[in-house]
Amino acid sequence: MGPLLVAHFVLAAVAPLLVFWWGRNAFLVLAALPAGTALWALWQAPQVVAGPSPTWTVEWAPAYHLVLALRMDVLSLVMTVVVTGFGALVLVYCARYFTSAEPGLVRFAGVMVAFAGSMLGLVLADDLVILFVFWELTSVFSYLLIGHDAERRTSRRAATTAFTVTTLGGLTMLVGVVIIGETAGDYRISHLVSDPPAGAAVTVAVALLLVGALSKSALLPFSLWLPAAMAAPTPVSAYLHAAAMVQAGVYLVARLAPAFSDLLLWQLLTVGVGTATMVLAGWKALRQNDLKLLLAYGTVSQLGFLIATLGRGTDAAAFAGLALLLAHALFKAPLFLVTGIVDHGTGTRDLRHLSGLWRAMPATFGVALVATASMAGLPPLAGFVAKEAVFEAFLHPARAGSWPDTLVLAAMVLGSAFTVGYSARFLWGAFADKRDLPGLAPATTHGPGPLFLAPALLLAVLCLFGGPFAEWLSPALAGYATTPGLTAAQSELHLDLVNGVGVAMVASAVALAGGLLLFRFRARVARLGAQCALLDADAVYRRVLRTVDTLALQVTGATQRGSLPLYLGVVLLTLLAVTGIPLARVLSDVPAVEPRWWDSPIQVAPALIVALAALGTLIVRQRLFAVVLAGVTGYGTAVLFVFQGAPDLGLTQFLVETVSLVVFVLVLRCLPGRFSTPVLRSRRRWNLLLGVAMGALLATLSIVALAGRQHPPVSDAFGAAAQQAGGSNIVSIVLVDLRAWDTMGEISVLAVAATGVASLLFLLRRVPNAARHAPGPSVPIPDPAGDPQQHQQRWRSPPLAWARATAGVRARATEQAWLPGALAIPEERRSVVLEVLARMLFHTILLLSVYLLLTGHTSVGGGFAGGIVAGLALTVRYLAGGRFELYAASRLQPGSLIGWGLTIATGSALAAILTGHEVLTSTVVDLTLPVLGHVHGSTSLVFDLGVYLLVLGLLLDILRSLGARIDEQSEHAGRPQEVRP
Amino acid sequence: MTVLATGAATTPTLALVGVIGVLGAVGTTLLLERSLTRILLGVVVLSNAINLLILAAGGPAGRPPMLETQTTAPMNDPLPQAMVLTAIVITLGVTAFLLAMAYRSWQLEGNDEVRDDAEDRRILRAAEHGDLRAQIRAERERLARAEDDDLRGTS
Repeated sequence: MGPLLVAHFVLAAVAPLLVFWWGRNAFLVLAALPAGTALWALWQAPQVVAGPSPTWTVEWAPAYHLVLALRMDVLSLVMTVVVTGFGALVLVYCARYFTSAEPGLVRFAGVMVAFAGSMLGLVLADDLVILFVFWELTSVFSYLLIGHDAERRTSRRAATTAFTVTTLGGLTMLVGVVIIGETAGDYRISHLVSDPPAGAAVTVAVALLLVGALSKSALLPFSLWLPAAMAAPTPVSAYLHAAAMVQAGVYLVARLAPAFSDLLLWQLLTVGVGTATMVLAGWKALRQNDLKLLLAYGTVSQLGFLIATLGRGTDAAAFAGLALLLAHALFKAPLFLVTGIVDHGTGTRDLRHLSGLWRAMPATFGVALVATASMAGLPPLAGFVAKEAVFEAFLHPARAGSWPDTLVLAAMVLGSAFTVGYSARFLWGAFADKRDLPGLAPATTHGPGPLFLAPALLLAVLCLFGGPFAEWLSPALAGYATTPGLTAAQSELHLDLVNGVGVAMVASAVALAGGLLLFRFRARVARLGAQCALLDADAVYRRVLRTVDTLALQVTGATQRGSLPLYLGVVLLTLLAVTGIPLARVLSDVPAVEPRWWDSPIQVAPALIVALAALGTLIVRQRLFAVVLAGVTGYGTAVLFVFQGAPDLGLTQFLVETVSLVVFVLVLRCLPGRFSTPVLRSRRRWNLLLGVAMGALLATLSIVALAGRQHPPVSDAFGAAAQQAGGSNIVSIVLVDLRAWDTMGEISVLAVAATGVASLLFLLRRVPNAARHAPGPSVPIPDPAGDPQQHQQRWRSPPLAWARATAGVRARATEQAWLPGALAIPEERRSVVLEVLARMLFHTILLLSVYLLLTGHTSVGGGFAGGIVAGLALTVRYLAGGRFELYAASRLQPGSLIGWGLTIATGSALAAILTGHEVLTSTVVDLTLPVLGHVHGSTSLVFDLGVYLLVLGLLLDILRSLGARIDEQSEHAGRPQEVRP
Repeated sequence: MTVLATGAATTPTLALVGVIGVLGAVGTTLLLERSLTRILLGVVVLSNAINLLILAAGGPAGRPPMLETQTTAPMNDPLPQAMVLTAIVITLGVTAFLLAMAYRSWQLEGNDEVRDDAEDRRILRAAEHGDLRAQIRAERERLARAEDDDLRGTS
């Protein structure tokens, strides 16, 4: 089973190639696989009927109880034969229906085979989840098949409608699947059927499942998609809409009937809705002029008939329903195929234009005659036998004199009369001579070739023999009807052609007579039907879609105002509510403690400065002033950190604040000096209110967090852990060892932020061409003695690449200048003092940064602080010597620094795996080296080195982007005539 | 050997609580404005408030969490310190990113104000248009019906 299923999808993958090579004849090859599967299923039949059912399972995800389970009982066997047998015939038909030049044929072939495979999987699946997966796959493939002619609007529309409706049903069904599976604790269908769960939840779930089944089988109120789907090519209609996809819903009802048919809701949704659909759709079919639409409404009607019968839940009904399913596929598919042949031969399928075709296409007419007769239920054909069996089943229900069964039977007889009526209309419409129409000229019609007709002919022959030889099938069909759970009715399970003159025979006769009467007065019936039509389903569907669309727009429009302050306000309000309300409730539980004004009086000074500076930020309108005030809060915070007992934090905060200030100034030099117009006063008051609330919340939080503490802190054990890790600075150990995972995540964020900064400034490339090609610190040197005007022209912004040509000058200049790059800056903006200082301090600062990196383990410092200090060294060079000096100072690209940083950090983390430890485990190293003597270290130093490089890369990136790049851009802006390097 | 300065339940000093409150209030207020620079200042100030909050939640002041010192005075909890340390550096990254955005916005628009999202505005307009269309449709149907009635009345 499994390999055959997989083979279908493999074939679907190679099918496009075959069609590409061999044109339409490739379909004959493609047909071989479904045909082989059908033969295999028939060969298995004796074993399946005798039982036990063959199964095929693969453990897929045992932890989630997901099993790929396939199982073939009698019902699956019948469905497999139908699905694959008809698939093979339709593929053969495709080989003549299409021309090799048909656009999209390559895709069509693949999708068609994949659809057959999905259908096969659906009927074999023994797991509700697997069934659902194949169920949705058929929806997707049917979308592609119906929309085959993607150029036509109607075709696309029909495909979308079918997809929307069936997917809606499918999703509803999914909810039901989950409820049933979770209630029963098992998703295996065979287990569920033999031991069905019960309860209110299950009833709801069953209703949801049935919504899926009804939508797939196009029953009311979901029937609109099937007639619309007639825009598909005829083979698709014949396969999907007669034999395969629409039968999926029927199959599901048949599959679950033994388990749930005793529920009243089930009876209403299957028998009730099915019967209503049979009558109403049959009535609608009576007035169709398009042959395919006529068949479509007829199919909807017959599907209602099938579901009503199979949903009834007695063994006789199940038996008859399965026979009817076979008979329906046998007559409906050839009728679709014949319609395709007629369409192909005449170019129309409107019965108002067709006349006298029985003479032009006698063989086709013969096929149509047999199939139509079977549809109308005339003896001795398969349709007749099946319909008689259904009538018998409802005549002899489980409880004698049950009035709903009689009512259903009456409705079915009415529906059968309609069936006879539209069968006659089809045959007459397609083939008969019409008085007011001339026969179609032979020149415009052509009969089908033998291969084109063969599939329909084969099916018609089966219709013909299906009646007299139906008895042979009885034991097989009885295998399904005796499934435990079905109620035993009072009739015997057999299919007889001659059943004696009973009530069923009379009912058939009534239906036949009624149908012929309807056909006799067909024009009046059609007029009456058109007048009585209440609702145009398509218009309702469009209106529903439009309403949903408008609703979605309104909801989006109402919630998504596009204003950042509004969004932030909502977020903050939510935060206030979610945190504030529980906080207010626990506040009384917090033990009252003596308030302390300060830990040491010296805390008060920075606290006051920070508070005043912060308030000042709100008021001032000068941009730089506000930035400086914000910086003061930062420095003040650093001081508070130190007083709290966190020198590492103080150091880092000082460094970061300094870098931030520099960066702010670098960018803000471009922006206007003052903030633009302040926000409205009402808005400002509201902002302030929200701000005060947030401040109060944070302050309360800080009190409660400490005062409400009940457990000892986890960091109690950190001291011992740090000792074990061989360091004495616990914070540093926490960063690079105990909680190194956090640090890993954090440096990744930094890498992303740096990339973001660079990409906002260098829109296309991170690095300017010139800098990349520069062979070292090669900076073009101006001639100080030159004409100032010329100096400007020549040296304001020369590309670095150009320096290679002036390499000779470089040597002379470096001898003279403290910072060679600074020579590119106009004289009046240079500061010799700054240049000298920068030159002298640069290496000292770098050395300091390395010192901080190395001592991080034992004393204040670490990778973060070291990296920032190294970055500050570069900042000093840049501020003193301009952007060329920055390029000269570091030949490394920020991108590669960041990359190396990440690589080293992750590498050292992963290296622990090689030595058989967990990720990020560090090892203490004690070495005695010749010159240095005893060296004490830890592998976590390597990790810290990665952090150092990454932070340095971030700072270099910031300087290059927000410093050098902005310089370059403003230089270009000042001199637009210059071509960019 | 190492005693943390968080033995009994206690409160942080009111000096710190006050600073946290003021910084939080100012940061939030700035965050709600439209100028990207002021939003950025809000982020910076609010980060300081949160960093102080985390540190203050760790306990009262103590000696630095170093092992090799001679004193046995209680030391400050190292875990919040490590968390805040990473937060400080991340703030730097965010600051740089927002500044780059402010600069880019100034480059493109000539100011650093955060405008309302044009896409969202379009959706809002589309919803309003949808309403109008529905009204027009209803009106047209009403007129058509009235016309039918008139015809029926005259004939």
